[in-house]
Amino acid sequence: MTYETPDDLQYTDSHEWIDDREDVLRVGITDFAQDELGDVVFVELPDVGEALDRDAACAVVESIKAVSDIYSPVSGTVTATNDAVVDRPELLNTDPYGEGWLFEIDGAVPDDALDADEYREQIE
Amino acid sequence: MKVVSSKRTPLYESHSRAGADFTDFGGWEMPVSFDSIQEEHRAVRDDVGLFDVSHMGQIAVDGGEAQTLLQQLTPSDIRSLDPGEALYSCFLQADGIILDDIVVYDHPEASEYVVVPNAGHDEELDDQLREYADGWDLDVSLENRTTETGMIAVQGPEAVDRVAEAADKRIEELDPFTVTETSLGDVECLVARTGYTGEDGVEILFSGSDAEEIDRLFDDVQRCGLGARDTLRLEAGLLLSGQDFDPEGEPHDPFEAGIGFVVDFDDGDFVGRSALEQVRDDGVDERIVGLRLEERAIARHGYDMLSDGAPIGRVTSGTMSPTLGIPIALGYVDAEYADPGTEIAVSVRNRSVDATVVDTPFLESCGE
Repeated sequence: MTYETPDDLQYTDSHEWIDDREDVLRVGITDFAQDELGDVVFVELPDVGEALDRDAACAVVESIKAVSDIYSPVSGTVTATNDAVVDRPELLNTDPYGEGWLFEIDGAVPDDALDADEYREQIE
Repeated sequence: MKVVSSKRTPLYESHSRAGADFTDFGGWEMPVSFDSIQEEHRAVRDDVGLFDVSHMGQIAVDGGEAQTLLQQLTPSDIRSLDPGEALYSCFLQADGIILDDIVVYDHPEASEYVVVPNAGHDEELDDQLREYADGWDLDVSLENRTTETGMIAVQGPEAVDRVAEAADKRIEELDPFTVTETSLGDVECLVARTGYTGEDGVEILFSGSDAEEIDRLFDDVQRCGLGARDTLRLEAGLLLSGQDFDPEGEPHDPFEAGIGFVVDFDDGDFVGRSALEQVRDDGVDERIVGLRLEERAIARHGYDMLSDGAPIGRVTSGTMSPTLGIPIALGYVDAEYADPGTEIAVSVRNRSVDATVVDTPFLESCGE
């Protein structure tokens, strides 16, 4: 099984992706993570304006199989959340890097974030 | 953590090739899903799906006093069974607590009964059968065929027609809870109109060495794993041994567990009888109920049920119902909260989520 791991994103070893191409960072879970979870049926997001510490459990993604905490990959303030995934949790399965994004945060990509090659090595 | 299971079913290789993700269940390495739980679930509700259930036990009970042994060991009237009939029942401890639930098949051709317990319970039930047969000095012979027997469940509105295409006999004429011997392709099988999904369908027993051929006969049928098996049985309000009742973690008698219909007090003594008579006379302190959660959240095994913030029971199974699109659960509550319509709450990760007690099967009580 091969998983999609876009080259232009950064990754964490807890299977979140970080998109730093805009001024704010956008965060979601990877294709590998959604496949491990299976059918996602419930998503709980942080509040806009909430200050998050790095590695703090800040969101919950629940599938039929399991419930998983999502950890903030950076410290910062939440600037936006994707309400679409609250109503349609299956977007995390069908489009984890697109419509299935989770939240945006005002912060800086940590030095130890993985690039796509390093992340692929980890999930092989 | 990678759990290494000791046992693989005769269908392991072919289901591995079909792309299954595996998990440990009752000491067996079983497919949890092939595609997605929701797709597999829908296939069974709308069309047909195939499950490997070879991890279920198969114990043959034969001999002149086989019927007496089962009559005294289960709370049900085994004497009412004719050859070719099947019965849902359970094995109890002397204190009335359910050890495991079973289906007993009265073999359509041979003199034996085939007892089918849950995964991982075959040795324990085989031991119990032997112990009581010795203790009561009964003329029986017992054979635990779990390892060498293959078993599949083909379930869904189209299941019987699909299996009938491959069968020698007219299995579409089988009544619910009856069983016949027939060949499928070139393989001798027992085909029973039983299942664990709330849909019509059959369960098929065959020699494990014929598993690949049986699998090939149903090449075009959606393969389903334990994930869909769980969501399907839960929508139908069917209990899962080891989770909804368990002599260690959730010790319950049949009345608490909502399967009091298996208990027959009119046909002699059986293991656990005096304990159950007491329960019948005194009533139960708590019993299993269905719950519909009123917000989007899954009530999982072990979560507390609350009334005005105080604990009144525990969830034993819960999921997001793929058919109904709402979260449903089973669990035990204090008897005073067990009436349908009672409004309670479930503590989901320290959040109180409103829930309503409903009848099961959920498909009927919560459907349109």
